[in-house]
Amino acid sequence: MLVKVTAQAIEPWNILAHYEQQHIQSEHTGAAAVFVGVMRKHNEGDEVKSMYLEHYPAMTEKFLQKLAQKTMQQWDINDVLIVHRVGQLFPDDPIVVVAIWSAHRAEAFTVCRELMEQLKTQAPFWKKEQLHNGEYRWIEKNTHGYIVNT
Amino acid sequence: MRISIKFFASLREQLKMEDMDISVESVTTVHDLWQHVVKKEIPDNIMVAINQEYASMQSLVQDGDEIAFFPPVTGG
Repeated sequence: MLVKVTAQAIEPWNILAHYEQQHIQSEHTGAAAVFVGVMRKHNEGDEVKSMYLEHYPAMTEKFLQKLAQKTMQQWDINDVLIVHRVGQLFPDDPIVVVAIWSAHRAEAFTVCRELMEQLKTQAPFWKKEQLHNGEYRWIEKNTHGYIVNT
Repeated sequence: MRISIKFFASLREQLKMEDMDISVESVTTVHDLWQHVVKKEIPDNIMVAINQEYASMQSLVQDGDEIAFFPPVTGG
């Protein structure tokens, strides 16, 4: 299990390759599901220059550790990885990587999705955007995690 | 009792309040503490943690607690 909150740039695919090599036993693992969240250049019709990701240092990593542990206990999975950026980000910078390894695809897909939704709605992080016109604004709510029929 | 209070993100900016350590006697719940310190109604969507664990406005406050108030989270 790996849980990390970092102000350093993250490289999801390098993190995953390294973690798999070090910790994932291929004889028990038949599936891996990965979610990578990346900063978008546009939001709500405006061009975004940069974003500051605030967190609650004493609580955020502790919360994610507990979430990962609970996930390991609740589901038939082999391993969990959560790495999340904080601090100053720019468009195209990866924000988060979540990965689940399991014997079969059902658990990998379902748990990766479930864990990500819990992170989005409960982990103490807050995004503040700087727009190209110089304005700053807080993002006050998350987008839908599921496709909504309109 | 001594209480440490933290505000995060847009809530900190809206209230113009910095983190503080205060001494209070007449406070029993998180709601009481908010009223004592902020002196405004609590917005419906505000979340609270006691000692870095999620709590509610009705949770009891104890000597030495760290109470954090923050808006809905938007990570990921």
